[in-house]
Amino acid sequence: MIVAGCDVGSLTTKAVILNNKRILSQAIISSGFKPEESAREVMATALSFAGLSTDDIQYCVGTGYGRERIPFVSTALSEIACHAKGAHWLLPTARTVIDIGGQDCKAMKLDAQGNVVRFFTNDKCAAGTGRFLEVMANILGFDLDELGKVSLQAKDPLSLASTCTAWAQAEVIHHLNAKRTKSDIASAVNQAMAARVAILARSVGIEKDVCMTGGVAKNAGVVSALERLLDVKIRRLRIDPQLVGALGAAVHARQKIGG
Amino acid sequence: MYVAGCDVGSLSAKAVIMKDTDIVASRVIYARPEPEESAREVMDAALAQAGITMREIESCVGTGYGRNSIPFAVAVESEIACHGKGARWLIPEVRMVIDIGGQDAKAIRLDEQGNVARYAYNDKCASGTGRFLEIMAGALGVRIEDMGELSFQAKNPVTISNQCVVFAETEIISLINDGRDLSDIMYGLHRAMAHRVASLAKGIELEREITMTGGVAKNIGMFRALEEALGVNLRQMETDPQIIGALGAAVMARELAAGSS
Repeated sequence: MIVAGCDVGSLTTKAVILNNKRILSQAIISSGFKPEESAREVMATALSFAGLSTDDIQYCVGTGYGRERIPFVSTALSEIACHAKGAHWLLPTARTVIDIGGQDCKAMKLDAQGNVVRFFTNDKCAAGTGRFLEVMANILGFDLDELGKVSLQAKDPLSLASTCTAWAQAEVIHHLNAKRTKSDIASAVNQAMAARVAILARSVGIEKDVCMTGGVAKNAGVVSALERLLDVKIRRLRIDPQLVGALGAAVHARQKIGG
Repeated sequence: MYVAGCDVGSLSAKAVIMKDTDIVASRVIYARPEPEESAREVMDAALAQAGITMREIESCVGTGYGRNSIPFAVAVESEIACHGKGARWLIPEVRMVIDIGGQDAKAIRLDEQGNVARYAYNDKCASGTGRFLEIMAGALGVRIEDMGELSFQAKNPVTISNQCVVFAETEIISLINDGRDLSDIMYGLHRAMAHRVASLAKGIELEREITMTGGVAKNIGMFRALEEALGVNLRQMETDPQIIGALGAAVMARELAAGSS
């Protein structure tokens, strides 16, 4: 039984193809202007990795910001439903899932069966979303992956006073002008990011196990800062955390056809 | 009797010199990296305009973000108190002052005597402050001083759905890419910003007459948008709204000098 999940986010589009309980292939691309094109492209890539064609997919679930515009899906489900499902599938003991996307952040609480019992979302304010990191990485001249690595080398950490992305941006420029090292500044950026996310996470109530999904979970600096702030170990997932939404969509697809 | 008020803000510094009840000099400069430097420079400019020296100033009150670094101020007062005082000096019926600065916004309610009864403040989020318009002007390649006029030419105004400066910036870029008219976008931006400031003001209950102070009040598009968002006519200052904080400080300096003599 071959099924697929497709997650069209604001910055990246992801696809996962599942054969029973095995991930056959996965793909991540940058989102273009049109969600339908991004979806087609990522799915074509995932299908070619798996050596399959569209006809081999028995059921496909779509999710993400552009989910209503994916032409080939049978059902579209919320990101909350898909991230929770994907996290539970990978880590059945997960009770708190923190998903940080390119333009939003969500904290979800799951029961033992993986049902979402509570969630909070921030998509109103760029602080605490991937967008915050993107803006800061840009000023520092890093790509997003470097931001996490570099921050771990901080020697004389500083902290940002502002929450707002616009104010924090001015602070980062000020610190650069004051000749603070980029690793010290990067560490402050990740710390500020984590502080904002921690507020959302605490509001759903932290229960173990805790895991993180979405692209920002690849930033080791944010993950360790969040572990310190929440005083809890964040369990690492065995796949790229950015794919969890698409994986959850595929798991939903599998259940739709009785798998 | 000469008195002065000096308002050192985050983006600009202002000084007002009064002779008895007349404003004889007022100056606005861009802020320097050091508040002390800003204070000296703007005060020197105002003194030159008045044709007097510092020795002739009997009393000077400092206000604004950098108020504790003004070497020649004999006392400091909060921006809230000074904006209330300055607005009231110019328009005695004023009961509410909405001050939008470069990096903050304040709503101040005054009692019948002109004392501050209640206030609300936003300096945590750039949305609803001068910075919002500055960022949007930059993204659209428009001069800040042209934004207001441009917004009046709107024929089919857009609605900006994002409140966050960062998200709104992306939104207007995609509106431009969709071929929307610049003036229609400009109108939408003013409306969005006015909405944000209006909720700050409504949070402390509106009380007429209402006036607007701070640099953003010079933007006529913003002035009108705020009137629309509040559903009331605002009283317009005949003086540069950016100097009201410094004026209020000067009025306080006058009271101090009168009290001590």
